[in-house]
Amino acid sequence: MKDVELTHLSKSYDMQTEVLSDISVSIHAGEFFVLVGPSGCGKSTMLRMIAGLEDITEGTLTIGQKKVNDLHPSKRDISMVFQNYALYPHLSVEENIVFGLSVKKVPKTQRKKRCHRVAKMLGLTDYLNRKPRQLSGGQRQRVALARAIVNESPICLMDEPLSNLDAKLRAQMRSEIKQIQRQLNITMIYVTHDQVEAMTMGDRIMILNEGKIQQVGPPIDVYNAPANEFVAKFIGSPPMNLAKATIYPDNQTLSVVGRIHLQLPPEDIQRMGTKEVTIGIRPEHLQLATSESQQPGSSKFEVKVSHVEVLGNETLLNFEFAEGNWQAKWNGQWRVNVGDIVPLSLHYSAICLFDTTTGNMIKQPTQNEQHLIQGVSI
Amino acid sequence: MNGLLKKIALYLVLTITAFVVFFPILYAFLISFMTGGELLQGNLFSKSFHLENYQKAFERLPLAHYLMNSFIISLSVMIGQLVVSSMAAYAFVFIPFKGRDAIFFLFISTMMIPWEATMIPNFITIQQLDWINTYQGLTIPFFAMAFGTFLLRQHFKTIPKELDEAAQVAGISRFKFFVKIVVPYCKNSLITLGAYSFLTTWNMYLWPLLVTNNDSVRTVQIGLKQLRTQELATDWGVVMAGVVVVIIPTLVLLFIGQKYLQKGLAQGALK
Repeated sequence: MKDVELTHLSKSYDMQTEVLSDISVSIHAGEFFVLVGPSGCGKSTMLRMIAGLEDITEGTLTIGQKKVNDLHPSKRDISMVFQNYALYPHLSVEENIVFGLSVKKVPKTQRKKRCHRVAKMLGLTDYLNRKPRQLSGGQRQRVALARAIVNESPICLMDEPLSNLDAKLRAQMRSEIKQIQRQLNITMIYVTHDQVEAMTMGDRIMILNEGKIQQVGPPIDVYNAPANEFVAKFIGSPPMNLAKATIYPDNQTLSVVGRIHLQLPPEDIQRMGTKEVTIGIRPEHLQLATSESQQPGSSKFEVKVSHVEVLGNETLLNFEFAEGNWQAKWNGQWRVNVGDIVPLSLHYSAICLFDTTTGNMIKQPTQNEQHLIQGVSI
Repeated sequence: MNGLLKKIALYLVLTITAFVVFFPILYAFLISFMTGGELLQGNLFSKSFHLENYQKAFERLPLAHYLMNSFIISLSVMIGQLVVSSMAAYAFVFIPFKGRDAIFFLFISTMMIPWEATMIPNFITIQQLDWINTYQGLTIPFFAMAFGTFLLRQHFKTIPKELDEAAQVAGISRFKFFVKIVVPYCKNSLITLGAYSFLTTWNMYLWPLLVTNNDSVRTVQIGLKQLRTQELATDWGVVMAGVVVVIIPTLVLLFIGQKYLQKGLAQGALK
């Protein structure tokens, strides 16, 4: 059980521009930690620095209270899964799995035993004598995974391991990886650009953009209270709707391009202390306006639908709002035609507000549909 | 129908060209069975089948000894080149060091210097080392060749760098990675280079002529030359018999290695 601690870590290739700047985070032992961000944000670089495949320009990296900045990758007690699996093409599945063990002076019988145990865990028993090219993408992925866990290293690093798989297999592998991590109680550091993977797998996630930490926290907290506009747009599918808004302290209202008018509590106006804000609202919080939805703190506005996606269990409405494209997500199947005028309502408690100049969140939504099952007996 | 005609035409052209290209060897093969008189008549085929020419070739010269020498030298150069070139190529691809690319380009730029231009300094070196009439004098100057390093480097570069990184994380040593992963991965290129260096060494003439002055390590190519000039009127039948004996290993190697040779050279060219 080892913690991984990054303190003011920076990376620069040319000593001028920083690929990663001032990364400080502590990854706890046994945690599933996900690094997520758009391509080119430095997440893979950060993982490779932890692995020791990339030099650390500044800052310190400690694994289990030991400074490892200049330690060779093999001495860091880690295993790693690469995006393209990095299987040795001329070795069989079994040889691939045990190749690293021979160096660690594991006796031959022990090697075989461990290999078979891992193969059984991942359903590879029938393929041990095959070559990687005779396997499907999902099986190769499993071999790469087996090779990583057969080492029994306390820390496992994964660099976008699922990006070469099709959607269905990806969903399956997501839960498998998560289960294995829980079963073996390893510290997992997982890089992905897919926010769904981040949301579903991570105990905690870290959102990176342009080499800087945007937010670190449990996925639900990040979803409910995004630290800034970038996180709001990046996490959630479809993304959060954003638009410029102005606060009028005189009559305590917030107005979005003259179409939405919301009454604000006076203490919020005081606390925020700015007039130019960005309003953010999750698509599921834009509901059809009915007579019941006209309560204090809510606002009704009409939009012209530009595109409809009926997904069976939910319906997505696209419409132009302010300068952007907004989406509303309704449960169930709705018969809405393109060009229809639809009345929508939103409530003040459901919105996020961001400071337009800094992009940081100044008000988080208070209305979140969190459900708990308590004391249900069948 | 059209396709069949095209195929027939294609094979016809190929057969004719193959015949034209192969004719000198074929003719040499035929001559080796002729007596001197028949040859002077300009016959293509001899009326009777003589094997005396072969007998004479082996009698007149220590041909078996020469063949052995050639074999030892070619094999040594082949092994030496494979070891040196593959290790150099490995360093140029997998070990990052300052000025690596500059050194590599300097190294391959030596391909532009013709071998003949470096012959004299090489000869002096060999002489100073007192390596005249030795196997090492005939082989060691050819161990480090830019061509081989270049060919292998190009193929090594196609190895995904994640394989190297995975090996590093697992703690596999550089040498083990080289032997267990890189060499099997690039088997084709290594076979290509091996066949190529064997053939070039086998056919080498000028250098063995320079650094040998007795029969002890002399190669077969010089033996052939000796067959020709020993007497006033050259007995072409005997020379051709010698030639046929000499080219047999070449042909065998070519037949075995042809598939790899094509593949390996094309690989180097395309990537």
